[in-house]
Amino acid sequence: MATLPAVSTNESAGRRWLPLVALIIVVLALAGAAEFAPIVMQRRITQGLINLVAVVGLYVFVGNSGVLSFGNVAFMAIGAYVSALLTMPAAAKGVFLPDLPAFLAAAEWPVLGGALAGGASAALVALVAGFPLMRLSGISASIATFAILVVTYVVLGNWTSVTGGQNSLMGLPIYVGLWTSAGWAVAAIVIAFLHQESRSGLLLRASREDEVAAVASGVHMVLHRLMAFVVSAFLSGISGVLLAHFLGTVRVETFYLDLTFLIMAMLVIGGMRSLTGAVAGAIVITALTELMRQAEVGVTIGTTTLAAPGGLGDVLLALLMLLIILFRPDGIAGGREISWPFRSSVAAPEIQSRKPQ
Amino acid sequence: MIGQAVQVLVDAVSVGGLYALTALGIGLIFGVMRLINFAHAQLIMIAGYAVLLFFAQSAVLAVLGAVAGAVLLALVVERMAFRPLRGADPATLLIASFAVSFLIEKMMIMLVGSRPKGVDFLPMLAGQVEIAGVRLQLLQLVTILVSVVLLVATTWFLKSTRLGLEMRAAAENFRMAEVLGIRANRVIASAFAISGLLAAAVACLFVAQTGLVQPRMGLQLVIIAFVGTVIGGLGSLPGAAFGGFLVGVATILLEALLPPELRVFREAFLFVGVAVVLIFRPQGLIPARGLAGRI
Repeated sequence: MATLPAVSTNESAGRRWLPLVALIIVVLALAGAAEFAPIVMQRRITQGLINLVAVVGLYVFVGNSGVLSFGNVAFMAIGAYVSALLTMPAAAKGVFLPDLPAFLAAAEWPVLGGALAGGASAALVALVAGFPLMRLSGISASIATFAILVVTYVVLGNWTSVTGGQNSLMGLPIYVGLWTSAGWAVAAIVIAFLHQESRSGLLLRASREDEVAAVASGVHMVLHRLMAFVVSAFLSGISGVLLAHFLGTVRVETFYLDLTFLIMAMLVIGGMRSLTGAVAGAIVITALTELMRQAEVGVTIGTTTLAAPGGLGDVLLALLMLLIILFRPDGIAGGREISWPFRSSVAAPEIQSRKPQ
Repeated sequence: MIGQAVQVLVDAVSVGGLYALTALGIGLIFGVMRLINFAHAQLIMIAGYAVLLFFAQSAVLAVLGAVAGAVLLALVVERMAFRPLRGADPATLLIASFAVSFLIEKMMIMLVGSRPKGVDFLPMLAGQVEIAGVRLQLLQLVTILVSVVLLVATTWFLKSTRLGLEMRAAAENFRMAEVLGIRANRVIASAFAISGLLAAAVACLFVAQTGLVQPRMGLQLVIIAFVGTVIGGLGSLPGAAFGGFLVGVATILLEALLPPELRVFREAFLFVGVAVVLIFRPQGLIPARGLAGRI
């Protein structure tokens, strides 16, 4: 196992937790600063933190396995719908979903229970779907995760008696604010970090760097991919729950290609080979899309309004993602984890550059 | 009853043909550079808009415009985005093509808006013909004919021309092919041009069938064709065409055979079926040679 990271040796054992502490401080500082911001700004930052949970969720699988997943937005959708159905007031469900099975119609779970159930359902689906998919070779597996996205979209959009079909579900308890999302963001970072430092995470990254060598050394790659996929789905499910209870409504259209693209762009631009990259991407791109949104609204000077053409933000995001892939393939973070300033940086487990096929 | 069965079968084969052409275009590019080309959807889209632009003048002009547009876009995309990434690992290429695909789609939305536009392309094919007492849609027969012709032509090109031979050599072992004097730029650019041509054909048939053009068209086709290439066996051209054909046929048969209340879930059934196939044959139905990792 040539590429096992140096961080597990004794001398750096203390420093190994630095990235975790630093990332938590960044998130808490961001939320703390948002306390003093105007309410609109606060909502944007809350949304950014929800994105962060989604990106970290995607990172757990994609970053550690090197296999792309287009299915994580489906897990977000599953989390959102499960939590919505379990926590909506029974009266509201009676109006929107008269044909709901009795146990769902009567359920009025506490929000935390609903959130955990949402994450757990997503994880369960990942376990079942991942069983055939993880056996495929990397690139086929990526394409096959598309199937998860499409199947979920079709089922949720047409299972009218349970999900309301193409209509929105409304009347969800709106409980996700700044600190709820910050709390979950911290939890997601902790879970992702523990996973990547665990034996399974290390072995998975070894297989990412050199599949043939890792498998030849006895790494059960399929198993470790599946474990990462399940953890990843849980976190994605949670982010879906947060989004649903932040907006107060769920629509199946929300959870399709555009969101997939946004979350993936965040991960790629931040750098998909480190947790720091995932966090950085979520924060930077949220800020950037907000700026572009403002620009599309425009500024009014006297009687004329200067505004960027609608849709320019999307174009720039796609362009930025392409430029990053072309010129800085490891993203903002460059495949390294964050470290204390003025010290030699913590060696990232995977500074070895990509080798051509 | 038999008439109905034949109608469904013809429908299934014609849709299967469309998916086979799409999957073949994707498979060609994957073969020569291990790139899953999401932007194939945008090749179809741009060809669709070319049809929209020219169909009022003449159908021939519209078809030529579609071919020119798709081939040109394919070559531009290859030159600007994929050539600098040649030799990068497949995951990076996959993300790059995802970004390219979104870039083109969003630019198109910015330019022409996202609303669908109606196109009355090849109205003379909308009629029906009666063959041996069974009424069949002319367009479906034309679709089958075009698919067969293009599949045969592509096969002939790959088997019997020098460029085709080079392409197959590159697909088998790119580095070895280069060492033996095959010019990579030429082979890859030709593969993109052919995939543009196939995309244009799919676009013309698809537009004639649906009568609509919009920036998102092609996406659904390409996603399902992707899955087709995976069950066919990624990296194998017969596999791609066969897998694409199979998912297309399966879609229509599911549509016809499922009870009405389950019909809306047909993609779900299709993909679950695909997953079951993959449990037993993770390499696909017609596995490619030379794809396994080597040290």
